[in-house]
Amino acid sequence: MFYREAGDFKTTYAKDSQTFPIRFDRYRYYVVMAVAILVVPFVVNDYWASAVLLPFLIYAIAAIGLNILTGYCGQVSLGTGGFMAVGAYACYKLMTAMPDVNIFFHVILSGLITAGVGVLFGLPSLRIKGFYLAVATLAAQFFLVWLFNKVPWFYNNSASGQISAPTRTVFGAEVTGPTASAEVKYLFCLAFVIATAWIARNLTRGSLGRKWMAIRDMDIAAEIIGVNPLASKLSAFAVSSFFVGIAGALFFAVYLGAVEVGEVYGINKSFLVLFMIIIGGLGSIFGSFAGAAFIVLLPVFLKNVLVGQFGWATDLAAHLEIMILGLLIIVFLVLEPHGLAQLWRITKEKLRLWPFPH
Amino acid sequence: MPEQLVFAMEVFLNGLMAGVLYSLVALGFVLIFKASGVFNYAQGVMALFAALTLVGIMEGQVPFAHLINAIFGTEIHHFGWHVPALLGILLTAVVMVGLAWLVNTLIMKHLVNQEPIILFMATIGLAYFMEGLGDLMWGADIKKMDVGLPQGINLWIDEATFEIFGYGFFIDNLDIWATVIAIVLVAALMLFSQYTKQGRAMRAVADDHQAALSVGISLNFIWVLVWSIAGFVALVAGIMWGTKSGVQFSLSLIALKALPVLMLGGFTSIPGAIVGGLIIGVGEKLFEFAIGPLVGGATENWFAYVLALLFLVFRPQGLFGDKIIERV
Repeated sequence: MFYREAGDFKTTYAKDSQTFPIRFDRYRYYVVMAVAILVVPFVVNDYWASAVLLPFLIYAIAAIGLNILTGYCGQVSLGTGGFMAVGAYACYKLMTAMPDVNIFFHVILSGLITAGVGVLFGLPSLRIKGFYLAVATLAAQFFLVWLFNKVPWFYNNSASGQISAPTRTVFGAEVTGPTASAEVKYLFCLAFVIATAWIARNLTRGSLGRKWMAIRDMDIAAEIIGVNPLASKLSAFAVSSFFVGIAGALFFAVYLGAVEVGEVYGINKSFLVLFMIIIGGLGSIFGSFAGAAFIVLLPVFLKNVLVGQFGWATDLAAHLEIMILGLLIIVFLVLEPHGLAQLWRITKEKLRLWPFPH
Repeated sequence: MPEQLVFAMEVFLNGLMAGVLYSLVALGFVLIFKASGVFNYAQGVMALFAALTLVGIMEGQVPFAHLINAIFGTEIHHFGWHVPALLGILLTAVVMVGLAWLVNTLIMKHLVNQEPIILFMATIGLAYFMEGLGDLMWGADIKKMDVGLPQGINLWIDEATFEIFGYGFFIDNLDIWATVIAIVLVAALMLFSQYTKQGRAMRAVADDHQAALSVGISLNFIWVLVWSIAGFVALVAGIMWGTKSGVQFSLSLIALKALPVLMLGGFTSIPGAIVGGLIIGVGEKLFEFAIGPLVGGATENWFAYVLALLFLVFRPQGLFGDKIIERV
């Protein structure tokens, strides 16, 4: 039907190597962007923003970050929660130390700080890999959470040990704090999502991304053909932590507003983001979005059906949710190791050939 | 003798005992890793699941009672009988063997020849699944476990040390029992893998899958066997930890503690798991005792990982692990 390459001629190299080479794909992408920017802010309400849209957008950033490290560079990290905490606490310290600065810069700065911390904990990756590295990142996870719990400087000596976001603005509109409106929060996060997805997509198809993938596929062979493992691995850690830090900052400042580090940024958060990229698809930007959407929507769906429709107890629904999550991970790994992104790719391929199967 | 030193000695002894329990969990990891190259993150949850099942069977709890009640609107909780501890342990062992068979047939068989990291993630999925399943089956409340192991302060050690140092050491009877059981378990595993046909087949599979297959060893059988043994080790660990601190979710977190133990000892070595466990157990207790008060305490959360991390940077294969040789 309309999903065709026929008649879609490319006359320059630039056109040939663009992200969406098929015209229909490109227009679909413009439509999605237009709806997200021009339509959603006018119809969004508090429930949709806080239950679905904000977590989806923020987790998508975190998933893109982890996907760069794990999916593209092959370094498994279980420290995502810890790095998100770095972003959150950096953002908190910046927000309280420099109240007059636009929060936009705070978030980017906290991403940069997290990148530094990520590089520090990425250093062992030069000597160790695989599971061993996973444990190294676990060290980061537990150490960072402990640090933020124990050193009062990080939470400005507040009595509860929590950090809570004061009201800060961008161009006069309140983004954080209790009075910020849903559509402003949404647009603020959306801006970061679009920027990070765009940066990640272009990094991963450029020379840096190819180096990462060479390291992932076989690090020794990559080294022999001239890829510098030190630079590649550390750059992957830096870029990944930068995104994860931004996600952590947004999660704290825009989405939750108040955070207790052990609960919000614990080891479970690391696993959740890891699950997103497994279900979504390792080494795929679209997969990060798909996985984030899936994992955010699954509990909402189960809760609405089981608790809302059947009237079950919430703890029962929660147990069932964990079970289904685990089952899905296994099913995806066994049946479709490349995740939702691969299913999407297959669908597109089928559509191109349709109605002829060959 | 200075008081601090005596305290330190007591801490050291308690650390040794805690280390034994870490080793027990780590053993299960090593067994599966050696025979199939799978790094089984679910080992801790298996211990939790085994402990939950044991308590559930002993108390005559109806499995999935909450779920059944929610669906059919019934009010059932207990069968109304009590199973003696030994029979309960046997039944739980049977459940763990069934679980091993299911895991092998439904998951591991389909993931042969995948990258190790994919297998690792599959076991994370398994861990989540079993955690949900365990809670759904037996309920999420904290349960007391009592299989007749003695608990509380060991009076004999208390008195003996009082006479020597003028200060009685507090050593839990349960920890002493755990040590004895762990030693017996390790000895039994060693004997099994050295002197029985299945044990030798297991080692052959660990050495080289394809060669073992070509001399007529059934890989499937060996993997089910290995997962069953790991399930049994998980049961023992579950009983120990469950008796010590109640059967609850945090029990599954000991898997996370076993990870640095393995890193330190080397993935493929049973003695490594034991030595690593003891080092971590003693190390974290002494560190908490000596440095903890200076930095705000709770250092046990991360000390093991940081120790393993620092150690790995200098010796990536661990203390007793096989040297990793890579070729292009």
